[in-house]
Amino acid sequence: MYFDKIAKIIAERTGCDVSSVKPESKFVDLGIDSLDTVELLMSLEDEIGMEIELDQKVETVDDLDKFIQSKTA
Amino acid sequence: MVISMKGKVAIITGASRGIGEAVAYKFASLGADIAVIYAGNTAAAEKVCEKCKTEYGVTARPYQCNVAEFEPVKDTVEQIKQDFGTFHILVNNAGITRDKLIAMMKEDDFDAVLDTNLKGAFHMIRHCTGTFLRNREGCIINISSVSGLIGNPGQSNYAASKAGLVGLTKSVAKELASKGIRCNAIAPGFIKTDMTDDLADNPLLQMIPLGKMGEPEDVAEAAAYLAGAKYVTGEVLRIDGGIAM
Repeated sequence: MYFDKIAKIIAERTGCDVSSVKPESKFVDLGIDSLDTVELLMSLEDEIGMEIELDQKVETVDDLDKFIQSKTA
Repeated sequence: MVISMKGKVAIITGASRGIGEAVAYKFASLGADIAVIYAGNTAAAEKVCEKCKTEYGVTARPYQCNVAEFEPVKDTVEQIKQDFGTFHILVNNAGITRDKLIAMMKEDDFDAVLDTNLKGAFHMIRHCTGTFLRNREGCIINISSVSGLIGNPGQSNYAASKAGLVGLTKSVAKELASKGIRCNAIAPGFIKTDMTDDLADNPLLQMIPLGKMGEPEDVAEAAAYLAGAKYVTGEVLRIDGGIAM
């Protein structure tokens, strides 16, 4: 589960309240475009402890969470 | 305009000779460290690196890699990152010709030229973009050709690959501009290199408004300009003595 970490970075980046970020939140609704999601993952690398390349489109925060989990499993 | 490239690392493909070699020296003279990617001529690549080191006092390393192949490019870029720490500038210069009339062109003639000239640039950009994004800084320079802008008989494969580079350049420029990454192209005309050796008596040369072939250094100057031109992206800069205007 990386949801908390993702939510925190989204809040920092967009200035929104962290509690307003839900697993089902769509990145587009949060004002984050698809290239931003690539960057988002990069800024998570330190916490994840490995470099992961986002090579597919993720629509929601949960999608990204699941993507990271699939890569770290 | 460019005063210094000190602290910058430039990856240059096809840098063992010709235009790539000239770009390597130009960038090294401005203080950039150089990663020389070459296809086959190890001795020539090492010589280029040696000159960068002794004459300009920068770090330079040769990397043998066929840019036409996706995975080896990935490994090479990774190795460069390990060796230099990071990189800031990518010059996609590697290119080949297999000139033939379209009526006689084999499938392999077309594929080989597209694979190196166009896909090679894609492979390099693809594998460098992550680092550029992390750095929030990057400069990509694709060496296209006036053949790609105005066509040239006998070069349908080469011209297609070079026109493709223009589309690649502009799309990447638009996609990555907001991240501080610029992407431009240079379209050289007839430049004195091994590639144009057999053109000496070609009537086309009479049509160059400036009346002579260009030097590799002319293209290198343009590359240095684009490397420093912070407000320029998606541009195709002709260095052609006016032949394609």
